[in-house]
Amino acid sequence: MYAQMIKSEATQDDPEMLAAFQARIDAGEKIEPKDWMPEGYRKTLIRQIGQHAHSEIVGQLPEGNWITRAPTLERKANLLAKVQDEAGHGLYLYCAAETLGVSRDELTEMLLDGRMKYSSIFNYPTLTWADMGAVGWLVDGAAIMNQVPLQRTSYGPYARAMVRICKEESFHQRQGFHIMMAMVNGSDAQKRMAQDALNRFWYPALMMFGPSDKDSVHSTQSMAWKIKMNTNDELRQKFVDETVPQAEYLGLTVPDENLRWNEETGHYDFSEPDWSEFFDVISGNGPCNTDRLNARQKAWDDGAWVREAMVAHAEKKRARKLAAE
Amino acid sequence: MNHLFEFLLRQGDNALVLGHRTSEWCGVAPALEEDIALANTALDLIGQTQLWLGYAAEVEGEGRTANDLAFRRDAYDFRNMLMVEVPNEDFGRTLMRQFFFDAFQVPWLDALQTSSDQRVAEIAAKSLKEAKYHIARSAETVIALGDGTEDSNARMQAALAYLWPYTGEVFVDDDVDRAMADQGVAPLPSTLRGQWTATVTETLTNANLVQPESGFAHAGGRSGKRHTEHLGHMLATMQTLQRSYPGAVW
Ligand SMILES: [Fe+2]
Ligand SMILES: [Fe+2]
Ligand SMILES: [Fe+2]
Repeated sequence: MYAQMIKSEATQDDPEMLAAFQARIDAGEKIEPKDWMPEGYRKTLIRQIGQHAHSEIVGQLPEGNWITRAPTLERKANLLAKVQDEAGHGLYLYCAAETLGVSRDELTEMLLDGRMKYSSIFNYPTLTWADMGAVGWLVDGAAIMNQVPLQRTSYGPYARAMVRICKEESFHQRQGFHIMMAMVNGSDAQKRMAQDALNRFWYPALMMFGPSDKDSVHSTQSMAWKIKMNTNDELRQKFVDETVPQAEYLGLTVPDENLRWNEETGHYDFSEPDWSEFFDVISGNGPCNTDRLNARQKAWDDGAWVREAMVAHAEKKRARKLAAE
Repeated sequence: MNHLFEFLLRQGDNALVLGHRTSEWCGVAPALEEDIALANTALDLIGQTQLWLGYAAEVEGEGRTANDLAFRRDAYDFRNMLMVEVPNEDFGRTLMRQFFFDAFQVPWLDALQTSSDQRVAEIAAKSLKEAKYHIARSAETVIALGDGTEDSNARMQAALAYLWPYTGEVFVDDDVDRAMADQGVAPLPSTLRGQWTATVTETLTNANLVQPESGFAHAGGRSGKRHTEHLGHMLATMQTLQRSYPGAVW
């Protein structure tokens, strides 16, 4: 989908300008909003940043699901602060996208009518408190793998948003890991919840990096433009290599019989997730797709009168000020 | 009855119940900025809860913690005013309630800063900074939504009508209030009524909203004698893990 778009847009640009643009990127320069850029670059970035922003926003829902049931005041405050951070990430990213000429409202409409997507991971349900641990540990952990390299992405506003976001994501990851620690050190019921959460979130977390490189035809142009910094499989491997020892430390079993350390490669061998499930989820058939989008649609509809009133009030205020001058 | 304990529960339970209600907005507010602001308010209130209930637990001296008080008491042991436990309903009611609450909290916490009880004074001083920030935002939002459109004005007027009978409870002094006043811990709540009314009248006027005539006030929250039906549902959700797995460490 990305590649097709990039190709058709990019070919309309002047080859000399394209070459000069590529030379700037190769030299490590940052592209800023006022600079010339190929239409394909702009559109791909809108899609990528928009999808990232939507993921932060929809991602509030599975964790928001447990804020009202957090087991202690401390946990409640931590989770609230985390979800608040995610809303902030959404805001930075929508602002970065706006520098490319698309408004937050337009992006929201595209999310709601299905033209834009969000990460597949948020279409999985959060069923026990341990899921708050697993989401922080695995989902924010996977997000970090993706986002740390993006701090060096070629588009200035995106790179700068990533710097702010990454700091908070690593905090979220630690917070999630601490929840897991409390669970595995707790009662049998808590240990069971922790293992169950890992069982349910392991493969969906691996899917976060996108399809296998051999099936991912979109990467070449994005990597040349430094919009994408690593291949899907590179990041997935890095995630597995870092996460497996953490699972061992927690005394939890990664649900993969083929998982083993490979002395030759210096990496873990592991099973691929079920890609047919992944494609089901991104095409709308995940366990929560409908509920997540309905929740966002409802929030958007229920909030319409508030947004309209805020605008109307601001206009009235301006008019009153003018009249008084 | 330990009057100081009761007094502290009232402070802590107001913060806890309103903080919880506010946290229900997570992820579904009318705009991203509101999501962030509501989360911020909820966070402040949960933080205040930890301080008030932490001190309450110490004063009680039975070995309970703030978490025990929050998650292991039944509805009739809660001492929050009724206004904070009614459902959010919509953004308009949520902000109108926040404003009514803030309009009380600001002068109240201000007065508590000079409490004869050092801990009370400290918690109040910290909470007051937050309450001042809250009222700036809640009053501004009530004005914007009252002034905005015909539709938003009607919604705010409806929120006002619903909440109005819940605003008076806090000003009716009882034995706990009198004991606290005698000890110099807190002023009588009734003495703050004038200030509250002035703040509310000014804001509602700027919001083009009509203040209800009725002086009727529901009661029963601060004493715990008769909460609304809503509190039990809220506690069933909030307390579920602590109730289902007694003694578990989270
Ligand atoms: Fe985030
Ligand atoms: Fe995230
Ligand atoms: Fe995060």
